[in-house]
Amino acid sequence: MQRIYIFKRFERFWHWSQALLIALMALTGFEIHGTYKLLGFEDAITVHTTSAWVLIGLWVFAIFWHLTTGEWRQYIPTTEKLLAMVRYYVTGIFTNAPHPFRVTGLSKHNPLQRLAYLVFKLVIAPTLWITGLLYLYYNAWEAWGLGDLDLETVALIHTAAAILMVVFFVGHVYMAFSGQTPLAHLKAMITGWEEVEEEKEA
Amino acid sequence: MTIVKQSFWTTIAIAVVVAAPSLAMAIGSTADHGKFEALDQQFASGPEVTRACLTCHTEAAKQIHGTKHWTWDFVNPKTGQRLGKKNVINNFCVSATPNIAECSSCHVGYGWKDDTFDFSSEENVDCLVCHDTTGTYSKKALRTPGKRKPNLKKMAQSVGPTSRATCGACHLSGGGGDAVKHGDLDPSVEHPDVFLDVHMDADGLDFTCSDCHGAKSHKVEGGRYDAKPHGNGGMTKHGKDEEHSHATCQSCHGDAPMKDEKLNEHTDKIACQTCHIPEYSRGDYPTKTWWDWSTAGTLDVDGKPFVAKDDWGWEVYNSKKGDFRWQRNVVPDYVWFNGTIRYTLLGDTFDPAKVLSVNALDGGPDDPDSRIYPVKVMRGKQPYDAVNKTLTAVQTTGKDGYWTTFDWDTAIDRGMTSVGAPYSGRYGFVETEMKWLITHMVAPADEALGCPSCHAKDGRLAAIEGVYIPGRDSNRLLDLAGYVLVLLTLAGVALHGALRVVFALRRRSRT
Repeated sequence: MQRIYIFKRFERFWHWSQALLIALMALTGFEIHGTYKLLGFEDAITVHTTSAWVLIGLWVFAIFWHLTTGEWRQYIPTTEKLLAMVRYYVTGIFTNAPHPFRVTGLSKHNPLQRLAYLVFKLVIAPTLWITGLLYLYYNAWEAWGLGDLDLETVALIHTAAAILMVVFFVGHVYMAFSGQTPLAHLKAMITGWEEVEEEKEA
Repeated sequence: MTIVKQSFWTTIAIAVVVAAPSLAMAIGSTADHGKFEALDQQFASGPEVTRACLTCHTEAAKQIHGTKHWTWDFVNPKTGQRLGKKNVINNFCVSATPNIAECSSCHVGYGWKDDTFDFSSEENVDCLVCHDTTGTYSKKALRTPGKRKPNLKKMAQSVGPTSRATCGACHLSGGGGDAVKHGDLDPSVEHPDVFLDVHMDADGLDFTCSDCHGAKSHKVEGGRYDAKPHGNGGMTKHGKDEEHSHATCQSCHGDAPMKDEKLNEHTDKIACQTCHIPEYSRGDYPTKTWWDWSTAGTLDVDGKPFVAKDDWGWEVYNSKKGDFRWQRNVVPDYVWFNGTIRYTLLGDTFDPAKVLSVNALDGGPDDPDSRIYPVKVMRGKQPYDAVNKTLTAVQTTGKDGYWTTFDWDTAIDRGMTSVGAPYSGRYGFVETEMKWLITHMVAPADEALGCPSCHAKDGRLAAIEGVYIPGRDSNRLLDLAGYVLVLLTLAGVALHGALRVVFALRRRSRT
């Protein structure tokens, strides 16, 4: 076994605070939607809106970090070993086959992860923010030249994206326990260090 | 028991404080009507008092002549409809004109008994009904004085500004009795506490009606015939913006008075009243919400009209008037309203099989002037012309009126004759509803409605169409698809996880 450092301190901080904020927003968001009662509408709005602003602040830092460190390249999609990964999750994982992807500091996400996170970052999250901000600034639409927009459309897109976020969340949490050992990924996300099988000399 | 010894100076201080209000009154005005020669006489009648008033207030009667309070006649500039008490039909006492000798007890004039009344007469203007400060003025007592004649001299010598009591003499008892008509105006508003109305709170701000319903040249601002659901342009300055009405919340509070910006953003769709008047009839009186004329006319065993009361002492049946229902602490209905009200007037035809709206409120979600506004809905059944399909005026009072004869046919016939409208000779009863704008009885801020009152599936605005209300509205299909998708994902990972465990156990048992 070999230990490599893959998640840097900021990255871990970003991940966990984002996870917390998203959980809070999902919890309060679906309450605002009317799915259930938990905090009460007013408090749910407060928590939801505050979390949204904190998350946006966090993302400003995260985007800056990704650009300056070049880490954004980790999300460039690739088809290399993509099918192998799919095959691994469909069969290999049950038969203890070797993982087709090898984590390194330069390439810490497998091709499926890359794709999933890219969709998360470029589709689900921005859709939620754009519709969420529109929702918040509903009264400014006229002044912004968006008078033709209607709240129902914005609200429904926001809801749809939120549902996809929940789907992502469920899948993501499950995948966190699919490492070499069930807790390997979780440990890595907490400490930064991931244990990987040593590369066999060719 | 402790005896508090009061020093000489404490006594003086208390005396000054107690005396202060009347002192202030005297100092506040530059004229003491008690010193006017014209008023230092024994008046035999109301018009005599008015003549004395007019010796100084030369224009007062002419001003009154131009007001709705005098003419009971008003043309709505928006709809062209001829309104005013003289013309409208309501679902309380139905119509004023056939019963004018009685109904004119709330007219600001002396002697309107029939259509011979002289509307150009200055001395027939009743100054005291609005400006009496003694609290002893009573139109009834003036018309039919008992042993103690009204002391008109004292009233004339102590005239002053209008008060909740003078306006209230008519407006708190509209519809034929205390608290009957409005729901947000009843006799408890004469001395309200802060919980009943923050502005009129007798121990607090102590607003009189005219603090909001300002009157320039006796033209009182505000009113339902040509209403405003919100104050365009925000705050107004008294003196500078006289063309604006002060009888809106915004004229004092502006467009964005709340600390929370999100709440302020609601004001483009929601009237202030909607959140700040959570219930009406919150005082000591219930308001009438149902009046069924069709059941009137049942007499007791002796053939005499009778009255039945509920446990609270409120009439629930009256042989002359039919069945009543009363309600207290009522949650208003909510409707889109842009300020325009269309009345069903005499001559307007309708389908009697449906509930007839006596006054339809205009407005809708796409109209920038519309707000979601609270209303009291008065419901009931009233007579109509079964052939012409029109509402009818009814004579109820007098020796030929329904309350004496219990004969609808002649009562309607006489009523229609007095308003100059045709009557086919066949009547029926149509169910009607009438909307009354709720704008008084403003609760303290912390008793205003909270978010979930409307942002909920079965909230107060459940019936409001045309707006997406978070927490109330959703797309069923999207929600269903979403829940299915999330459940499938959960099932998928559960199955995947279970398979991993099964395979791992099998591997372990093999080795």
